[in-house]
Amino acid sequence: MAGVTMVDKEEQTGIVLTEAQKRSRRRRSIATALALGVLVALFFAVTLVKGPAVLVRPL
Amino acid sequence: MSNPLHYAPRPLSLEEIVLSVVDHNAVELPRISEADVADYVALLKPRVMSLVVFTALVGLVIAPGHFHPVLAFTSLLCIAVGAGASGALNMWYECDLDALMSRTANRPIPRGRITAPEAAAFGTTLAFFSIMTLGILVNWLAGALLAFTIFFYVVIYTMVLKRWTAQNIVIGGAAGALPPVVAWAAATGSLSVEPFLLFLIIFFWTPPHFWALALFRSDDYARAGIPMLPVVAGPDATRLQILLYTIMLVVVAFAPWPLGYFDAAYGVTSLLLGGGMLALAIDVYRRREGREASRATRRLFAFSILYLFALFSILPIEVAVRAVARSIW
Repeated sequence: MAGVTMVDKEEQTGIVLTEAQKRSRRRRSIATALALGVLVALFFAVTLVKGPAVLVRPL
Repeated sequence: MSNPLHYAPRPLSLEEIVLSVVDHNAVELPRISEADVADYVALLKPRVMSLVVFTALVGLVIAPGHFHPVLAFTSLLCIAVGAGASGALNMWYECDLDALMSRTANRPIPRGRITAPEAAAFGTTLAFFSIMTLGILVNWLAGALLAFTIFFYVVIYTMVLKRWTAQNIVIGGAAGALPPVVAWAAATGSLSVEPFLLFLIIFFWTPPHFWALALFRSDDYARAGIPMLPVVAGPDATRLQILLYTIMLVVVAFAPWPLGYFDAAYGVTSLLLGGGMLALAIDVYRRREGREASRATRRLFAFSILYLFALFSILPIEVAVRAVARSIW
């Protein structure tokens, strides 16, 4: 019974990231979040600037 | 006697089966990236990007009419990100060559920090978002021109011209010359003669700039099998081409003043800078041996960067002076 529990535990653990991998993944996640935040802010700001004309997009 | 062509595997023990499954899983495990944000920034070719942003900024400033600062910022950001996307896709496609050249061996893919598919995904995502954002928020002419610029750099220059012809950077230089045209289109929603004058200046500036670099990096290019002009036609033919393109550059850069598109300050600056560029190109043409030749080439390369920066800087200054003069009188 105890053996089965250990196997389950090992399966749940899966891939274990090193500290360096965790740190770089966190930095990449923050950079991605910032980039998405800038994109949202940009669309919001341009919507304010253009007002109703935001739907007028000349070719 | 057994048939030697008949292969009869011996039955595996339970331990061997388990080990083979473990080994197989080890191969199949996804690679865990340790790439840092700085590695992805390096994929964007920040130095090239800074030149693109600068020339695009000049295109924005000299464009007539009022352009809201938020839209101007959006345009510059999209052009910058589009240029970065081109750089990432270029590094993805050229990772085999980059590994062979000392100048590029330290890039993120040859160094093993980022895989080629990761770079391709990153570049494609940035290209898509930069084009769509510019099209949706500013106008679709600018968006289409940015898409064409990225296509020209990645497909025409990187995938076709670079490994195929010694004229790679002459034709491919069009991609680097387009950012002020994209910026002008973003600001005005149309095209005119002025952005094409800026295009022509960068277009004729590119060959002397890159061939000067290629002259003192020709071993690198030869090792990678890239048919740069010094590798294919030799250093002397390259020196002649540098001189000829510099003469054309000086003429093209000066022409907007007598044609009435830019003012006297620009005309005089273009003459002074053109004189310097021509003198250095003649120096490169004459000094063909030893350390003096190498020094002349490096001087021309360094001055060519200053040349473009100074020539383009004078245009926004002219616009500012004109605006101040109008407000006073």
